Amino acid sequence: MSGTAAIRVEGLVKAYGGPYGIRALDGVDLEVRRGEIFGLLGPNGAGKTTTVGVCTTRVRPTAGRVTVEGVDVVRAPTGVKRLIGVATQFNTLDRACTVAENLYYHCRFFGYGAAAARQRTTELLDRFRLGDRATTMPMQLSGGMAQRVQIARAVAHRPRVLFLDEPSAGLDPQSRLALWETIGGLRDQGITVLLTTHHMEEADRLSDRVAIIDHGRVLEIGTPAELKQRVGAGTVIEVRAERAGPELVEALRVVPDVYEVREMPGGVRLLAGSRDGLMPRVVEAAQGYGLRDLSVTEPTLETVFITLTGRDLRD
Amino acid sequence: MTDAALPGSAGPGLYLRAFVGLLARDLRVLQRNLLPFITRTVMNPLLFVFIFTYVFPHIGQSIQGGPSGMSYATILVPGLVAVGMVFQGIGAVALPLAMELGATREIEDRVLAPLPVELVAIEKLVFGAAQGVLAGAAVFPLVYFIPSTPVQVHVASWPLLITVILLASLTSGALGLALGTIVRPPQIGLMFAVVVVPITFLGCVYYPWALLHPIPWLQAAVLVNPLVYMSEALRASLTPELPHMPVWASLTALTAATAGLGAIGVHGFLRRTIS
Repeated sequence: MSGTAAIRVEGLVKAYGGPYGIRALDGVDLEVRRGEIFGLLGPNGAGKTTTVGVCTTRVRPTAGRVTVEGVDVVRAPTGVKRLIGVATQFNTLDRACTVAENLYYHCRFFGYGAAAARQRTTELLDRFRLGDRATTMPMQLSGGMAQRVQIARAVAHRPRVLFLDEPSAGLDPQSRLALWETIGGLRDQGITVLLTTHHMEEADRLSDRVAIIDHGRVLEIGTPAELKQRVGAGTVIEVRAERAGPELVEALRVVPDVYEVREMPGGVRLLAGSRDGLMPRVVEAAQGYGLRDLSVTEPTLETVFITLTGRDLRD
Repeated sequence: MTDAALPGSAGPGLYLRAFVGLLARDLRVLQRNLLPFITRTVMNPLLFVFIFTYVFPHIGQSIQGGPSGMSYATILVPGLVAVGMVFQGIGAVALPLAMELGATREIEDRVLAPLPVELVAIEKLVFGAAQGVLAGAAVFPLVYFIPSTPVQVHVASWPLLITVILLASLTSGALGLALGTIVRPPQIGLMFAVVVVPITFLGCVYYPWALLHPIPWLQAAVLVNPLVYMSEALRASLTPELPHMPVWASLTALTAATAGLGAIGVHGFLRRTIS
């Protein structure tokens, strides 16, 4: 039995294009506990969508094993499909059917009779505040609204595990906030959620635990607070200067409390353990290099990512 | 939690319910698009019959009929019914599937339905076949009543006709499934030029296969075309007085074509949905 694990991923490898091809996943290990919202955070191309693809039976793994609620995704894909709901960043709503029909036929696919499916559709339209869009065709919906319909559809058959793959990609900030509210609301339903995102605030706000993934490998797993602490990402300071270069890097490296300095376009980025008295010392050290701008970021999941990889999530 | 969410109880009963759900969805979409469905089904045979069997005789043009004094209109009946069915395979299965598998990824929700993905593909084939039967039924009155020259149709064996119609519609559904998984949306125009037009013109629609014997290479070459067997089998059951292939040969070929195209289609569907 799976104990308390809703999703267990062991040594997952996915290679495309033969032995010399790309390794989209290079040995991923994860365990998502029942009832938690688990965030998979990483830049585009890190392997998030491929991981979700394997968990949801649409991508066949090259090696490794994945179980959802104890059911093996390779050996029993149909069994897994009954346990999961999936919403992706792409609008995959059935364009030939109305919003209500999208929900209704989804329920029918999952074995609901006509009456039960109608009742469940009404319930969902109500709960997701879609009542006035029941007869709208998907192409006429805004991005945020379409995403809400997709999530309603994904939970329609009461899955145990919900996969949300980049749910807020391409949404405007207001729709993103509304979506976060919707996802937060799922927490009370006791459903397990695996959320992938390259949006660090999204991962921070919604997730109970986060795995940071890059180049097909998991770098760290923990609660957002644990990660910020464990990785030791204190403060990130970006210094922009006219004469940024190796000399500036050297000058800043010797500032007390600064433990890492990296060049970036037009300046340097430094990681420091503590903020106390740091600013004046940094300013002093950078003075002779045409200091133009200084920005300080509190520890966030993004700074954790920068600490782990030396790169920005957007890079 | 409903029992639909209990693990380990996936089985034939649930597959059937999911399959019925897929059919119900397609039926709803067909119902909404009834007018386009009818238009696309009847337009080609309507104009064909109108020009060649109504206008031509009136303006003194004529196309020679078949042996034993059969009118050209009679030759056209089985052929046009067969073309009507094949167009359904393309219009009802291949075109929507090419879109759903391509840019829109709409198929995703059905691929994630709790039944083997192969059955999602087979549902497409079955629904296409059902539309093929409807199309055959819609075309028949046109080709029977419009011609100004006499049409001689007689059904010698109803069981044979029903078998032929079922097999032919399954073949067109399988052809649609195979084409829909092979053709990418930007290639749809090309598909009409490379596949649809040659299939219809070289499908023994406008002439019985036996009459091709003065051109032996063509008579042999058209045998790769499944529409030939649909036309010939329908000829055997609707206009048995006209020359036609032996029934056993056309039925065997249709069965093989359904199996072969169906296998290509299911395989292609898996390839396009599971990576």
